[in-house]
Amino acid sequence: MRVVNIKLNRGGRLLAGAIPIIAMLIVYGVMSAARLEANEYDKVLPTFGAMSDAFLRLAIETDARTGQITLLADTLASLRRLGIGAAIATLSALVFGIALGVVPTVRAALGPLIGIIAVIPPIAILPILFIALGLGETSKIALIAIGIAPFMIRDMAAHVSALPVEQIIKAQTLGANSWQLTLRVVVPQALPRLIHSLRLSMGPAWVFLISAEAIASNVGLGYRIFLVRRYLSMDIILPYVAWISLLAIATDALLMLLSRRAYPWAHEGGR
Amino acid sequence: MSAILSFDNVWVEYRDKVVLESVTLDIEERSFVSLVGPSGAGKSTFLRLVLGQEGPTRGTVLLDGTKLKPECEPDRGVVFQKYSVFPHMTALQNVMLGLECARAPVMARLYGKARKRARDEAAAMLEAVGLAHNLDIYPAQMSGGMQQRLAIAQALVKHPRILLLDEPFGALDPGIRLDMQALVTRLWREHGLTILLVTHDIQEAFKLGTRVLAFDKRRHDPHAPHRYGATAVYDVALDRKDREDAERELAAHLSPQPAAAGAA
Repeated sequence: MRVVNIKLNRGGRLLAGAIPIIAMLIVYGVMSAARLEANEYDKVLPTFGAMSDAFLRLAIETDARTGQITLLADTLASLRRLGIGAAIATLSALVFGIALGVVPTVRAALGPLIGIIAVIPPIAILPILFIALGLGETSKIALIAIGIAPFMIRDMAAHVSALPVEQIIKAQTLGANSWQLTLRVVVPQALPRLIHSLRLSMGPAWVFLISAEAIASNVGLGYRIFLVRRYLSMDIILPYVAWISLLAIATDALLMLLSRRAYPWAHEGGR
Repeated sequence: MSAILSFDNVWVEYRDKVVLESVTLDIEERSFVSLVGPSGAGKSTFLRLVLGQEGPTRGTVLLDGTKLKPECEPDRGVVFQKYSVFPHMTALQNVMLGLECARAPVMARLYGKARKRARDEAAAMLEAVGLAHNLDIYPAQMSGGMQQRLAIAQALVKHPRILLLDEPFGALDPGIRLDMQALVTRLWREHGLTILLVTHDIQEAFKLGTRVLAFDKRRHDPHAPHRYGATAVYDVALDRKDREDAERELAAHLSPQPAAAGAA
């Protein structure tokens, strides 16, 4: 049988997916053991036990200095920044993206400006944000919003202008004015795409969050990682990275679920 | 019968390309006009003029004696070959949209009693096109024929003065096509509609129409083919018995396809 025609069943797929992950963990375990054998104080590749001890300490014990559980405080602070930043970007994508896609005049007026903003590397304007907005929450949220909004706006505008012209004409022959057309025909069809575009933007959003936290912060997942780097605390960094990936996967799954629930017509044609 | 639609010396030009030239004709109320002609002969442009999707470069188009604005209005309904229905709405919602737009200017949604009334109207229209048992499914769950039925119901619920059909059955299987032709004929009679049908299928044009308009170029310049536009080169009103003769006559009338014309 040709390789391209071999299809795995569900169990087979799960197994095939698990093998590389397990292999990676085994390789890590072997390398870690080898390094620790050579030098018992080695910090670069801590054992799984050491990592879980360190992680649990941060996840359960109250920090004496701040009076908070470190992991919880970090997670909440980061998710808050990420959430507000992503929400602002999503809302502006909805408003500007649709206006750009539907109204030719708006596209002519704002298209070039958004095109210019989109090519600026967001990290390059982080100093401007710190100077203009201070080192507090605002500048971090602004970096995330400014970082992902241009892509989302342009993606939304492109999606909306790609709606079949027949639909737009048809709606007008049904008596819809510009507002009704936008409200009933364009927005509902744009929303599943908006969620899709948000899912794609969450990766960059995390990058901007961690960057902002690394540079100026006193709490947050990115702050913690960069703080403990000074002590080569791989036993904290690695579990934190895993925790961040877990949060990212959960966010993605939630958005996917939301889209499937709310817009069944957009997923493989119906319920 | 009176003219519902009048074209007076209408030209459509895009830069130096002439698409339609000196089109002058009247369309009677309650007629069923089939538009045929080779690709690129301006059938669809003609339809877009009536629809208001574009305006003429020169000349005037009158609907009920009033000059048409180059904008789509609810007095002219349309069914395209595809994308005529909204994929995010159920059949019922698709048909209700036209009623909601007229009755709820701000939200374009109705509630309570008004919603119930619109729902009943829409359901009755869906029943008339044979979709009585498919009110709550999405277009993606429908066959091509059902989607076109839905598109017709959606247009008719607005009671348009003119119904424009742009190759509405072009993508359907032959059997379904026959059903749809019967449906359109029935609706045309029952609702006293005025219909413009663009089709590639000459038999269909003669089978359904009370009048057949063929668009083609009167003149052809082999060195600058774009400089002459098309117009109605053949225009015949039909009654039952002369249909077949007229069909043969038209086949002889239409110019050969461009490749053959170039070789000649």
